[in-house]
Amino acid sequence: MGAGHGHGGGIAAMYVPGSSPVHRLEPHTKLVAVLAFALVVVLTPVHARWAPAAYLAFLVLLLGVAAVARITPGRLLRGLVVEVPFVFFAVLLPLVSRGPRTDVLGLSLSESGLVAGGSILAKATLSVLAATLLAATTDPRALLRGLDRLRLPSVLVQILTFMIRYADVVGGELRRMKVARESRAFRARRVGALKVLGPAAGSLFIRSYERGERVHLAMLSRGYTGRLPTGPVAVVGGRSWAAALSLPLAAGGVLAAGSLLG
Amino acid sequence: MSTSPPSLLVDDLAFAYPDGHQALYGVDLRLEPGERVALLGPNGAGKTTLVMHLNGILRGGRGRVEVAGLPVEERNLQEVRRRVGIVFQDPDDQLFMPTVGEDVAFGPRNLGLPEPEVTRRVAEALAAVDMADATDRPPHHLSFGQRRRVAVATVLSMRPEVLVLDEPSSNLDPAGRRELAEVLQALPVTLLMVTHDLPYALQLCPRSVVLDAGVVVADGLTRELLADRELLAAHRLELPFGFDPRAVG
Repeated sequence: MGAGHGHGGGIAAMYVPGSSPVHRLEPHTKLVAVLAFALVVVLTPVHARWAPAAYLAFLVLLLGVAAVARITPGRLLRGLVVEVPFVFFAVLLPLVSRGPRTDVLGLSLSESGLVAGGSILAKATLSVLAATLLAATTDPRALLRGLDRLRLPSVLVQILTFMIRYADVVGGELRRMKVARESRAFRARRVGALKVLGPAAGSLFIRSYERGERVHLAMLSRGYTGRLPTGPVAVVGGRSWAAALSLPLAAGGVLAAGSLLG
Repeated sequence: MSTSPPSLLVDDLAFAYPDGHQALYGVDLRLEPGERVALLGPNGAGKTTLVMHLNGILRGGRGRVEVAGLPVEERNLQEVRRRVGIVFQDPDDQLFMPTVGEDVAFGPRNLGLPEPEVTRRVAEALAAVDMADATDRPPHHLSFGQRRRVAVATVLSMRPEVLVLDEPSSNLDPAGRRELAEVLQALPVTLLMVTHDLPYALQLCPRSVVLDAGVVVADGLTRELLADRELLAAHRLELPFGFDPRAVG
C-alpha cells in the first residue's frame, strides 16, 4: 500500500472549482434543470423549418450559462468527447437512409437522412453540453447528494459514492500490478501477452471484491443500517429553483415560440 | 473497580467457521476500564476471529462476550458496535466516504445523533488524532500515516468503551509510527491492540495476551512476556534484531 497521491482521477477531472452563481446553485436543482433542458431539446420537432433556429437559440442559452459560470469553450469541447460514437451514427444516416436524394460534394445523400442525422447530432451535442456544464460546476460529491435528495434509490447512490472513493485506489492497484509485471521484463506487445493480462484483470476483480467485503465489514462495525447517512440539508427557496430552472424555461419558451409562429 | 463491570469480558469463547475450521477453543479474556492490552500471536492463531466476536460480526459459537456488562447479542448489536470501535488494518477499507469529515460522521449519524452533536464529535475526534484541519479533504489525498490516524478518529467519534486496533503500526514509517503512538497514549479508553510489532506492544501496552491455536497461552506483563525467550519461540513471536526488552523503560 503506497501512499498513492493519485490526482483527482478521471471522475473528478470534469469539475472546475469556482464560486459563480451557477456553482452556488444547489446540486439537485441543477440536476432537474439539466434534465428538463434535455427534454425540451429532445421534444423539438425534427422536421420543422424553424428547428435549426431553435437549436441555435438553445446553444446561445448554454453559452450564456457557461459565460456566467466562467467555463471556457475548451473545457466544453472536451466534454463533447463522450459524444463521438453518436457522431459516427449521425454521419452514417445520410448514406444509408432511403427517399429523395441530394448531391453534396459529389456524394449522393438521402435528404431525410441528412435531416435526421443533423438533428441527432444537434440534440446530442446540446444535451451533452448541458451535462458538461453540470459536471464542470458541481463537485461530484455534491452531485451525489443531489441525486440522493431527488430520491434516486439509495443503493445506486451508494454504488456511485464508492465508485468515486475507490476509483483511485483500484487505479493504484492496477498501476502497481503493471509495474510488477514490467519489472520482470513483461511487454504487452506480443499476442501471448493476453494470457497474462486476462488473469491480471481477473485478479484485480477478486482484489476489488475482497476489498468490498472488508469495507462492508468496516461499515457494519460502525453501525451501518443500509443507508449512507447524509448531513443536514439546506432548505432550498423558490429563488434558487427559479434561477436553476431559468435555463429549461427559456428553452421551453423557444420551443413554444417556434411551435406557434413556425 | 469492583463496582464497574469490566470493559470487555470474553468467557470460554469457542468458534468454528462454517467450513468446519475451528478457530477458537475456549478463550477467556478480561479487560478492566482504561487498560491497554496487546493481543499477540502468530498468523492463524485466531486473533482476527476473536476481534470479529467483540462487536458481534461473528456470533453463534460457544461462550459469551460482554462489553461493559452488555452481552453481545442480536438485539444489542447497534449499542455493542458503538461501545467497541474496531480500526481495521487497511485505512482504505475503513475510510469509504468521500471526505474525512463525512467518514468520521458516519458512525455518529448511524447512531441517530442530532447534527450539532455530530459536528461536535467530528471536531473532537479529529482533534484527538491531530487531524483537525483535514475535515474537508478526500482520504486519498492524505499520507498513509494520516489515513491511519483518521481511521482511529472514525471510531473515536462514537465514543467507544473499547478501542480495538488491528496491526496499527503496519506500513507506517518511523515518524508515522511515533505519531500514532503519541495519539494512542493520550486516549482515555480501554485499548486492545492486535499486533506482531512487539516493541510497539511494549511501548503502548503494559499487559499482553498471547493467543495461539485458538487458546490463550500467556497473559501477563508485556515486559515479562517479551523477556521469556522460550515462550516467544514456542509461538513464533520474534523480537527485532538487537532489541532487548529489559533495556527499555
